[in-house]
Amino acid sequence: MAEDEKHSIPRTVPIQSATFTPAVNAEIRRAAATGIYDIRGGGAKRKVPHFDDLLFLGASVSRYPLEGYRERCDTNVVLGTRYAKKPIELDIPITIAGMSFGSLSGPAKEALGRGASAAGTSTTTGDGGMTEEERGHSTKLVYQYLPSRYGMNPVDLRRADAIEVVVGQGAKPGGGGMLLGQKISDRVAEMRNLPKGIDQRSACRHPDWTGPDDLEIKILELREITAWEKPIYVKIGGSRPYFDTTLAVKAGADVVVLDGMQGGTAATQDVFIEHVGQPILACIREAVRALEDLNMHREVQLIVSGGIRSGADTAKALALGADAVSIGTAALIAIGDNDPKWEAEYQKLGTTAGAYDDWHEGADPAGISTQYPELAARLDPVEAGRHLRNYLKVMTLEAQTLARACGKNHVHNLEPEDLVALTLEAAAMAKVPLSGTDWYPGKPGTGF
Amino acid sequence: MQIFDLEAKGLRALNSTLQGQGPDTNETAWEIVNAKGSHAIAVGLTAPIDVTVRGSTGYYCAGMNAEATVRVDGSAGPGVAENMMSGAVIVEGDASQYAGATGHGGLLVIKGNAASRCGISMKGIDIVVQGNVGHMSAFMAQSGNLVVCGDAGEALGDSIYEAHLFVRGTVKSLGADCVEKEMRPEHLEILKDLITRSGVEARPEEFTRYGSARKLYNFDIDNAY
Repeated sequence: MAEDEKHSIPRTVPIQSATFTPAVNAEIRRAAATGIYDIRGGGAKRKVPHFDDLLFLGASVSRYPLEGYRERCDTNVVLGTRYAKKPIELDIPITIAGMSFGSLSGPAKEALGRGASAAGTSTTTGDGGMTEEERGHSTKLVYQYLPSRYGMNPVDLRRADAIEVVVGQGAKPGGGGMLLGQKISDRVAEMRNLPKGIDQRSACRHPDWTGPDDLEIKILELREITAWEKPIYVKIGGSRPYFDTTLAVKAGADVVVLDGMQGGTAATQDVFIEHVGQPILACIREAVRALEDLNMHREVQLIVSGGIRSGADTAKALALGADAVSIGTAALIAIGDNDPKWEAEYQKLGTTAGAYDDWHEGADPAGISTQYPELAARLDPVEAGRHLRNYLKVMTLEAQTLARACGKNHVHNLEPEDLVALTLEAAAMAKVPLSGTDWYPGKPGTGF
Repeated sequence: MQIFDLEAKGLRALNSTLQGQGPDTNETAWEIVNAKGSHAIAVGLTAPIDVTVRGSTGYYCAGMNAEATVRVDGSAGPGVAENMMSGAVIVEGDASQYAGATGHGGLLVIKGNAASRCGISMKGIDIVVQGNVGHMSAFMAQSGNLVVCGDAGEALGDSIYEAHLFVRGTVKSLGADCVEKEMRPEHLEILKDLITRSGVEARPEEFTRYGSARKLYNFDIDNAY
């Protein structure tokens, strides 16, 4: 018998490294086996300061609340009032973000159009051109103008209700689009003028302009082609929100769309999603500061996105100065993405409901991020559209509830003074007081 | 011939007037004077009219053109005929960068030289440059034909897809995945047609063809295990 066993000397317990976690080690092994970086869909999964770190104060003796179920609290928003002859008027301050046909199935695009239209808001095309499904079922459709220019043509440009010049997106500021071969079907290949089945990687910057001075001329051209009717949005990723917003306004944007790192993508490198860009919470006040410095706050509207999930998130974003929010991932979940009813099939794919993010592989059991007809047919666009409408309705009711509690008769009357932060980080980013204090890091006049 | 004084009437009036011409208009010939390098001249046209711009143009002349024939009696600024769908654009002088960018169809003829990124991301357009083209021309070119009667700069056809590139002179360097390819009879026919339509004095046999090696079409994944 060994001496250690005879005397039962305690041994150290196995300790997993906090640095080399099981997930990290698994990724090292996967990289070593394949020689390719991890590609996935969705947005940042790491925990970052977010709207959950903010609280509304509500009315009290010093503030007068509105009756929760009776008194009026408006939610409408007008986008594109700066130059466009025909601004977009929405019933609710929640829009559907750009998602391409190609990354999404035809029924999914139809469902988004149906749900958004029923809720009185807009939906947006993506990197792949405009489909009849989304134009036909969207009363208000924003047409994205992307570096790839796949499917771009003047007929669709004129059929759109607004044009969104995409400079960047929150999941990958500085990165281009990606659509792998499994999803380049005959129809997608034809729309994008690409060989079928290739791993398509589109450009990260526009082919015919390189800076804000050029962008100003590009916007002029788009306005001339569309008779100055359409609002021109400029979408930027959450990297340098003060300067990017300033330059977008300088270039002539009617609307700035600001997307934080939690914003999803159809596919890109995981290293990009998790390590580039800033949380949306850190971006909003800087963008608003840029607009205020230019005396353009509310004249150029600000739409923010990236991890918006609820009416509370919406109300907080508006209180920080946004005019509207945009949802992508949440809308997909509302129409059936990652639904536990497909758990058995998620298991076959080596994942589980809620964690499925291999959208680029096109094997989505829910029939949303796929181009396989048999999978796409699983999604009933009418039923899915109804779910999206209901979800948007709930988000709006929640935002109204919070606004009334703060004494506001329009959700746009919410203001930073209605908020406090639970953490120092959130206080610094949102520039609202740390709960229980009248201070936040960087507050002017406090010295630190 | 309709004469339009751009300086006197303004850009919005110009484009509104030209875009307002229907397919059966009898006002088919237009001349724009006092262009003075303005941007976005004659953009978004949709009718088979013939527009001549006297003088040089700024950015995006004839952008998104469909059906019309636009002639620039001078040189063109960046992005001439960008995203052209059909019709023709003829530049008598030189063209700045991004000429014919993302064009889906039609014919762009540049009688002088074209600067960098000529034909970038082209999607079916035919481009004939009688002089030289600058660096990164035909970057990510998807389809269509780029004919260069002179020389090509660095990184020609970088990350090219299925576009055909024909160069009569020298090529300073080829971009990633762009290679010299065999000139087959069908390519000579394409060249002959484009040379004829653009009025170039050249023989198809004088050109060398370049295109995609197709080695970047899919990710390089080690599936050996």
